[in-house]
Amino acid sequence: MSKKILPLVLGAAMGVAATTAASATTLEDVKAKGFIQCGVSQGLPGFSNPDAQGNWTGLDVDLCRAMAAAVFGDASAVKFTPLSAKERFTALQSGEVDVLSRNTTWTMSRDTQLGLNFAGVNYYDGQGFMVRKDLGVTSALELSGASVCTNTGTTTELNVADYFRANNMPYEIVAFEKADEVVAAYDAGRCDVYTTDASGLYAQRLKLTNPGDHMVLSEIISKEPLGPVVRQGDDEWFNIAKWTLNAMINAEELGVSSANVDDMKSSDNPSVKRLLGVEGAYGEGIGLSNDWAYNVVKNVGNYEESFNANVGPDTPLGISRGVNALWSDGGFLYAPPVR
Amino acid sequence: MAKTETFQIRTEEAPLLPAPVSTTGLIGWMRQNLFSSISNTVLTVIGVIIAYWIIAPFIQFAFIDAIWTGDDRKACLPPEGSEGEHMGACWAYVEAYFPQFIYGRYPTDEIWRVNIVYALFALLLVPLAMPSMPLKKLNSILFLGVFPIVAFVLLTGGNISISSYTWIFVALIAAVGVAIAAILMVAGGRDFNGVKPVLIGFVGTAVVLAIILGFVSANLGLSTVDTPVWGGLLVTLVIAVTGIVASLPLGIALALGRRSTMPIVRLVSVIFIEFWRGVPLITVLFMSSVMLPLFLPEGVTFDKLLRVLIGVTLFSAAYMAEVVRGGLQAIPKGQYEGAMALGLRFWPMMYLIILPQALKLVIPGIVNTFIGLFKDTTLVLIVGMFDLLGQIQSSFTDPTWSTPTQGHTGYLFAAIVFFVFCFGMSRYSIFMERRLHTGHKR
Repeated sequence: MSKKILPLVLGAAMGVAATTAASATTLEDVKAKGFIQCGVSQGLPGFSNPDAQGNWTGLDVDLCRAMAAAVFGDASAVKFTPLSAKERFTALQSGEVDVLSRNTTWTMSRDTQLGLNFAGVNYYDGQGFMVRKDLGVTSALELSGASVCTNTGTTTELNVADYFRANNMPYEIVAFEKADEVVAAYDAGRCDVYTTDASGLYAQRLKLTNPGDHMVLSEIISKEPLGPVVRQGDDEWFNIAKWTLNAMINAEELGVSSANVDDMKSSDNPSVKRLLGVEGAYGEGIGLSNDWAYNVVKNVGNYEESFNANVGPDTPLGISRGVNALWSDGGFLYAPPVR
Repeated sequence: MAKTETFQIRTEEAPLLPAPVSTTGLIGWMRQNLFSSISNTVLTVIGVIIAYWIIAPFIQFAFIDAIWTGDDRKACLPPEGSEGEHMGACWAYVEAYFPQFIYGRYPTDEIWRVNIVYALFALLLVPLAMPSMPLKKLNSILFLGVFPIVAFVLLTGGNISISSYTWIFVALIAAVGVAIAAILMVAGGRDFNGVKPVLIGFVGTAVVLAIILGFVSANLGLSTVDTPVWGGLLVTLVIAVTGIVASLPLGIALALGRRSTMPIVRLVSVIFIEFWRGVPLITVLFMSSVMLPLFLPEGVTFDKLLRVLIGVTLFSAAYMAEVVRGGLQAIPKGQYEGAMALGLRFWPMMYLIILPQALKLVIPGIVNTFIGLFKDTTLVLIVGMFDLLGQIQSSFTDPTWSTPTQGHTGYLFAAIVFFVFCFGMSRYSIFMERRLHTGHKR
């Protein structure tokens, strides 16, 4: 009986003994163990989902790989821990993961009360609506009297209630427990509108019988800035997370991509030189080597590459940049300069 | 007047006519069983219609309209412009994901290690389950003693760092044994043969522990594979088999403890059983994965799979204890008294007389608990581990394969796999019941 479990117990006891020693800064810990432990979702298409080969892919996954590239110069020095929505913060607080990159909405209470810090926003999401094209609706304000499919007990449901009440429109909620049920009900015509986070709408649209017959309305009724999270009180690690994201955005803005990063090293643009560590010693400020950003772009790519490879128009999700475009293209992405 | 009478004398038996068509063969069977009265005929017709309603679309979906090969979602999409009326199962997706459903995210280069574990498991379990095979004792030692350790080393990669304290502890066990033996010989006046069992008990335990520790800490050149990348059927089987193998003896011990006359033993057993039966398994899993890390100092982690294994084992042990207690209560008092009259002490009495009868009585209950445990393994999904069902659900998030039928196909596959295992257990338990049936069956 206990023979089966004994070796496991012993193994765990040893594991406990082995990990107690480490309680230095996160960067030292990470360097000592040789990889970053990254908390991701249990599967959100385009953000963090496993592919058929079992590799994690997605926008959130790329951020962790970029951090590994910044620290080690090797984007594969990262291990992923899939976390449920309920256990994600505990896992970060308890040190089970070094960074949480799990489509987590940046809110004030999470930022201030949980002992966590949000290192930036890598995707501006928000709740949207999907309707059938043959409904002839072009704006969410025309949805008066519609029946709305959504998940039970989420903020999504409350947002819908607020929105329709604020606009004095009657509506009817058709709520289900699981996303699969919601999309099946919508596909079967049990409701006129399907609402959830816009990124989710694009993912769920693929499960409809005729995705081409449906459209996502342009109105966004809630703010869901998603970003990576680290533990509070370790500013060095916080800076690394923050500046890895900034480096990816800056690289896109400066036209530096994984394809041309070697050529760009000899660029005349001082901003590019500073970013890639040719000039100045900006990497030292965050406890890394000066070519940290070069490694990020070389191994993972800039923000645009990551976006296009995971959620962009050429992927099955087909999400356009929209508000996630650079500030110079009319979006929200704006990274402080490296100087 | 002469009367001529003709007699016909039958010299051979009349040929046996076949029974009327209406009472033999398929028609007869149907008349007897399906259409014997008006109400039965009505029920039969209704039954056939319901069966047709259920089975025909299923066959249509799973076989006729199914798509068997393809490289991505395009293969499984309904043709342009159709309303999706002929959408079948997308088996191509299951095919693409099959390795992940079986092995999880176990590194591809190391999958042979899992295969060896699967093969060893089957190789040891099948002869153990077949009563006609010889060498049962050796087989059980291999299956229950050696296999878990070999499987542990193969799956994790072994090479676990063991602190020197552990070795000192093992040495201490041996030393205590020698010391007790020495005291008994010197002060108790026993000769060497008198202390032999003590020596064998302690030193043997120490030696076995040392061998196990040596084996799991040895560097066999296998790369380490952490449990978070395990998944699919592998995790389902690891949890289910560990839970089943560990919970039965633990449950028997608890059941005996609950019926014990020693108050402390009884109290501890009752509290244990009632506590674990009183909390839902989901709560146990949540406690182990969400609360436990908060109690431990920061930086101390403790393998999640192990936490789940312990939780599942203790939980099912409590249920097992109540099942076994039912069996113990069904044994007439005369059996106990007879055993005691033979001069048997507690353990021989239990081992030789009571438990064989009690366990035989509760085989259906035990297997019921096993099957429940096997299906409960799917709950580990909520603590971020991917068992077979979890792995299937996680594959739904891959946009490369999302189609309207992806979910149905995935769940159908899960249902088939779970059914095969649970039905297998159920049939085996019926076989065992018949085999062990020795006249008590009512």
